[in-house]
Amino acid sequence: MAPALNKAGDSRGSAPSRQICENPQIAPSGQGIECMGKTSPEALLICEYCDTVYRRRTLTRGEVAHCLCCQAVLERHHGLSVNAMLALVMTAMVVFVQANVWPIVTLGLNGQYSSATLWGTIIQMWQQQAQVVSVLAAATLFFFPLFKMMSLGWLLWFARQGRRAPGFVRIMVTLHYIGPWTMSEVFVLGALVAIVKARIYFDVVADPGIYAYAVLTLLITIFASVDLRLLWDVTTPETAI
Amino acid sequence: MSALPRAADLGLISCHVCGLVCRAAADDAGRDGEVACPRCGSVLHRRKPASYARTWALLIAAFLMYIPANVLPIMRTASLNDIDDNTILSGVVELWVKGSPDLAVIVFTASIVVPMLKFLVMAVLLISSRFRSNWALPQRAKLFRLVELIGYWSMLDVFVVALLTALVRFNLLSLVEPLPGVIFFGLTVVLTMLASMSFDPRLIWDGRDTND
Repeated sequence: MAPALNKAGDSRGSAPSRQICENPQIAPSGQGIECMGKTSPEALLICEYCDTVYRRRTLTRGEVAHCLCCQAVLERHHGLSVNAMLALVMTAMVVFVQANVWPIVTLGLNGQYSSATLWGTIIQMWQQQAQVVSVLAAATLFFFPLFKMMSLGWLLWFARQGRRAPGFVRIMVTLHYIGPWTMSEVFVLGALVAIVKARIYFDVVADPGIYAYAVLTLLITIFASVDLRLLWDVTTPETAI
Repeated sequence: MSALPRAADLGLISCHVCGLVCRAAADDAGRDGEVACPRCGSVLHRRKPASYARTWALLIAAFLMYIPANVLPIMRTASLNDIDDNTILSGVVELWVKGSPDLAVIVFTASIVVPMLKFLVMAVLLISSRFRSNWALPQRAKLFRLVELIGYWSMLDVFVVALLTALVRFNLLSLVEPLPGVIFFGLTVVLTMLASMSFDPRLIWDGRDTND
């Protein structure tokens, strides 16, 4: 039986994404799905949300594959090359340094001024008997984003030549687990709310840190559409690892 | 048997961590042996282990934390002649009255609507999946993804309190201090995130085969 090709672009309103899924009507013993070995690990795709099996198809620019069963995004076209991603990660690193070095905002009251950096905030919370919050902020706003950028830079640097960096597997697994725990974009919105609240009583001056955070949020948004799992496919393991 | 083949029926497992499609080496009873993914070394599971028990436990813990998070004040504003303790809700009201209503709506959504929605949605998903319900399957799947997507924005209020604490340091004139409510609130957010992570959305669809 020929696999059915379903194009249902207009069924979901005005969304630009199209459903491009090829659904294999395969028997359990069908050929071409010897995936345990090295034969074709990329031939099949399983929806993470409902366990439906699809035969993978190469997506063209702007295409997004949706699951026919639960509408979840299966795969996107990777518009960014490895080099482009490396460039973005390096940009993010520069911006991240700026965001941490400069104060975020300065308050003024009767000629007194007080400003705060991210680390000032973290230390202040620790000293004010809110150690839990302090640790949460340090992890989600500093350590996890830092680790994410450093390790991505490391992996992508080697991926440019199609190689797997030393520690590739361990780093990829760690990245998978810390993925949902970086919250810089929430912090930007929090800073905005804090500024508005403070404006009621104080003079508020925005500092370079808040702009750096705004740029960082932009970069995070670009990266949000990239499935890091593609790094498994664009690199080949070396025997030495 | 539905038209779309499912991995469990075909004896396939996709690795939770790296997404590699593997032929299930486990026996037919659905019990996973301790088989590791050949690519990333993580243990392979058809479904996340003990998903119901873990999700319920984390959800209930999160709910218990959510009570003091709302009842106790999260922030103290002290100035020369008065001390003002704010709860999450009174902070929203203050923002609405004195600041900007649009931001008040955002804070209200992040701190009240999102956690409540999470409790409600997760409980509905857990119960309906447990009874292998066929009711509103695509909608339930969508609800889960929504909860997963917006969950961490609840951290908003915690960061607001932290920033204000660091900023408002005018000794006698004006001081902001964090109060225990904010700790409970931070824990609520972390626990609800863990709860939605330990729920396996494939359980939603596992009851489907009985009807179609």
